[in-house]
Amino acid sequence: MINVHVYITLKEGVLDPQGQAVQRSLSALGYDEVDTVSVGKWLKLEVSDGPDMEARVEEMCEQLLANPVIENYTYHVEREEKV
Amino acid sequence: MKAAVIVFPGSNCDMDMYHALTDFTDAEIVDLVPHTTDSVEAYDAIFLPGGFSYGDYLRSGAIARFSPVMKSVITEAKKGKPVLGVCNGFQILLEADLLPGAMKRNKHLKYMCRTVDVNVENADTCFTFAYERGERLRIPIAHGDGNYECDERTYKTLKANNRIVFTYASDVNGSTGNIAGITNEAGNVLGMMPHPERAMENLLGSEDGRRLFTSVYRHWRDTHVVTT
Repeated sequence: MINVHVYITLKEGVLDPQGQAVQRSLSALGYDEVDTVSVGKWLKLEVSDGPDMEARVEEMCEQLLANPVIENYTYHVEREEKV
Repeated sequence: MKAAVIVFPGSNCDMDMYHALTDFTDAEIVDLVPHTTDSVEAYDAIFLPGGFSYGDYLRSGAIARFSPVMKSVITEAKKGKPVLGVCNGFQILLEADLLPGAMKRNKHLKYMCRTVDVNVENADTCFTFAYERGERLRIPIAHGDGNYECDERTYKTLKANNRIVFTYASDVNGSTGNIAGITNEAGNVLGMMPHPERAMENLLGSEDGRRLFTSVYRHWRDTHVVTT
């Protein structure tokens, strides 16, 4: 099995009310150096490897995992290092 | 008129929708149709109720959009049958690409449940012709993800083609242009966040939602029943 990490974030320019709330809380705690916070989603998929595995992950993101109208996604494939 | 109220796992306004249709229109048949049904071809109008389909996991409406019934809902919508999605139903219509745009968390991150003022922006649709343009309605809202977002081009198109049917009279949740309800290009698909099915009796606060359902019924009657 291979781990695929999918990260979903709001697109640039889309107001992120959750991020703003977190940023304000950090600032209230004295962490004034934090200028902006973005809140997104992380999904870990355990998938069986195959020749078109990445293309299928891409499809999953487009179809269901992200909403391309307001969200961007990136993913990275974590392969076990062979010893 | 045969009306279908689609029931998803997590729908909770299905019975209110059923009540609105059975008690306030002359629809011959109103069925609660399970999300596993393959076809809704037999119905004249389709209603997607509010609630929390599939627990709103991942995103509101994202999973419901792939329910077996949705394929047929999309086909019937494209044929021009009236399809109304309220609240979670609206979110499902967005996810299904029957309407443009997307929903985000409310601007203040709060779930809101209260009655708000809603403006009728377009009284020429099959859902609204019993209203007057510019009329102000009292309709309840109940949502956490009602902050409608679309890009500027989409907003301009919506505006230019009178597809913004309802707006909030004030900034309720941060929605682009205070949008509360929009239609598709053909005008037969309406998505709206306020709940007209909860505004059917003055005893319960407002009856301003009634005319939406009577509009749909009358539209069907006027286009399908030959008067002698």
